[in-house]
Amino acid sequence: MATEPAEKRFSHKKLERNITLLGFFSLVAVAIGGIVEIAPLFWIDNTIEKVDGMRPYTPLELAGRNIYMREGCYTCHSQMIRPFRDEVERYGHYSLAAESMYDHPFQWGSKRTGPDLARVGGRYSDEWHKAHLIDPRSVVPESIMPGYAFLADRDLAAGDMARDLTALYRVGVPYSKQDIAKANEDIRAQADPEAGAGDLVKRYPKAQVRDFDGNPDRVTEMDALIAYLQMLGTLVDVEKAAPQEQAHAPDAVSGAAR
Amino acid sequence: MDGLVTKAGGWLALTLLALVMAALAVDAPFAVHMMIVALAALIMLCVTLTRADYSGLLRGLLKMPADQGAYDDDPVRWGVIATIFWGVAGLAVGLYIALQLAFPVLNLGLEYTSFGRLRPLHTSAVIFAFGGNALIATSYYVVQRTCRARLAFPTAARFVFWGYQLFIVLAATGYLMGVTEAREYAEPEWYVDLWLTVVWVVYLTVFVGTIVKRREPHIYVANWFYLSFIITIAMLHIVNNLSVPVTIFGSKSYSAFAGVQDALTQWWYGHNAVAFFLTTPFLAMMYYFVPKQAERPVYSYRLSIIHFWSLIFLYIWAGPHHLHYTALPDWAQTLGMVFSVILWMPSWGGMINGLMTLNGAWDKIRTDPIIRMMVVALAFYGMATFEGPMLSVKAFNSLSHYTEWTIAHVHAGALGWNGMITFAAVYYLVPRLWGLPRLYSLRMVNWHFWLATLGIVFYAASMWVAGIMQGLMWREYGADGYLVYSFAESVAAMHPMYLIRAAGGAMYLAGFLILVYNVWATLAGKVRDEKPMTETPYNAAADRPLAPVPAE
Repeated sequence: MATEPAEKRFSHKKLERNITLLGFFSLVAVAIGGIVEIAPLFWIDNTIEKVDGMRPYTPLELAGRNIYMREGCYTCHSQMIRPFRDEVERYGHYSLAAESMYDHPFQWGSKRTGPDLARVGGRYSDEWHKAHLIDPRSVVPESIMPGYAFLADRDLAAGDMARDLTALYRVGVPYSKQDIAKANEDIRAQADPEAGAGDLVKRYPKAQVRDFDGNPDRVTEMDALIAYLQMLGTLVDVEKAAPQEQAHAPDAVSGAAR
Repeated sequence: MDGLVTKAGGWLALTLLALVMAALAVDAPFAVHMMIVALAALIMLCVTLTRADYSGLLRGLLKMPADQGAYDDDPVRWGVIATIFWGVAGLAVGLYIALQLAFPVLNLGLEYTSFGRLRPLHTSAVIFAFGGNALIATSYYVVQRTCRARLAFPTAARFVFWGYQLFIVLAATGYLMGVTEAREYAEPEWYVDLWLTVVWVVYLTVFVGTIVKRREPHIYVANWFYLSFIITIAMLHIVNNLSVPVTIFGSKSYSAFAGVQDALTQWWYGHNAVAFFLTTPFLAMMYYFVPKQAERPVYSYRLSIIHFWSLIFLYIWAGPHHLHYTALPDWAQTLGMVFSVILWMPSWGGMINGLMTLNGAWDKIRTDPIIRMMVVALAFYGMATFEGPMLSVKAFNSLSHYTEWTIAHVHAGALGWNGMITFAAVYYLVPRLWGLPRLYSLRMVNWHFWLATLGIVFYAASMWVAGIMQGLMWREYGADGYLVYSFAESVAAMHPMYLIRAAGGAMYLAGFLILVYNVWATLAGKVRDEKPMTETPYNAAADRPLAPVPAE
């Protein structure tokens, strides 16, 4: 080993003269970090804590979420409350990994030009949301949010939601065969109390069944978006999840959570 | 002849396929996109057929350019023009959305002009259209010169250029129509991602092919950075965009990953789009254009080896610093923070290697505005890569995250580093590519330099103040133990900062428009009659021996 000087065994000149070696080693260099950081998240069990209440989105909520993504809401609103006293007081209990376990893709966001929305569900009335989406400054004078009046005029044309549910099923969201078969009826059932919800609430616990946009004749994009906003952060019983977390959490954090 | 038939047939098949996809589309944006693809393929079909009549039939030569003695610079010339075109588009949209934040009425109440749809248009136009075209063009230019060889596959090289433009058009029109995967900097939908993958593999083939047929024994350092850029972007792009389309006749798809795994995959991609799109290949530009313009060799060969390998190895780990204090496991956050701080060193290794290349040529900062742009680019690179590790420290991040501070940081990097080094490269390339004696005006380059630099100062300073103010307002408690400010009050406090930012952006755009005029006038063959940037005083009257004066 030590008989040969180091530069004879390996010299950088070899890499500089061989494109295959250079390309290979540069790929190895960039592959390591990602493998070490990302891969374990898929099989370390406590990455996502066990909680009660998580369920996949109802078809109407999912359609609303797709509108949320389509309009680029994530460019200004986060959905991830950090474990600080001020954030917990302002927005509610800090976000748990389990709460976004069915989010394909995640919508945690990176910028708060507007406030965090992770627990906006139930904080405002449907009427407030409708007025705010149509003309934000009518209810919040300081707001700089764009108006989305067109959502109220437009019928929800989500296409065949059974295909959306099937695609999500393929990437691991536990929709049942019945959920997929009834996907299109479920939209109507959730947005129109007259239609009769059937077993919707049984399959999707805590699903809110009502006419969201104050226009019971039609199911509009406004219905879907408000249905999505009103369910955000309402599913998981965060107090139940707390004890298993406090085993790891520093005192300051668990104090703030109360 | 056979080649012509296969090619024309291929384009025809692609046209028909796209038309069928458009007819079967379940949503309007997908149909529009398939029509664009069909139109592009149709144009290629026409071009193939008309071209073949002249050169193909008569001379039997299809694509071989006549002069083997010169470098194959056509795609580089197109790339420079595309860089300028997309630069104007990206900056103009940026200015518009900056004004929207100050005056929300500018959203116009239309879905196509609302902030949420225009913001991805701005980021992608600047990063992938302006930056991407600059990188493809300069990589083609640099790899030929440093290998002393023409591009390996001329047809493929042209395909990369046009294929990339098609990708940009599909992505941009998609954002306006609301077609998005809603993951920052990876917004294009599944079929656009697939198309980019094809283009990128061909790009890798052209680049590596050219290096293989090189006439120089060594692979020049700039090419290591370009190679790492192409390989790593391929890896990031493919893994991060794994998704399941709802139907192959529709634009919508769902990401293969969910929640916390999706978040880390996305920021592993997102941060390394910064690393391997906005840093590594721009360092390659630095390694070619700075020594050329300064007429000095690279400062340290050893430093370039060390900082290349450490930069590409360390950068990949830094992604989790975008997810501090989120639901991402703590070990991953800490790992990301530690590597981000270490990353400071190789980043500054690159900056030092670039700046010290000016050893013995520092006087050119006074006389050469192109050198001045390069130096300021490197200075901003150094500043941004110091600020980055600082913001990755969790204590800082708890204040800066979600605020305008992040916006200040990325724009110091994008406007200062990527913008300035690209402008310098464009000014260097234009006269050489078109065989002209010099630029139309060097004094206008100087104006561009000052407008851009001052614009960045206004931009970054206002957003620093805005970000820190936001962070402090959100966490301020009064003596009574309650939060002092509502969120809406922090929004209202941003207004003056948003105005200053828009003014800074407008100055930067104004500087860029000077570049557009300067390049246009240069290509038109004009040369501005102007005072040179520096003049050593010369007095012809004094330049003679003292006449003997007869004694009285």
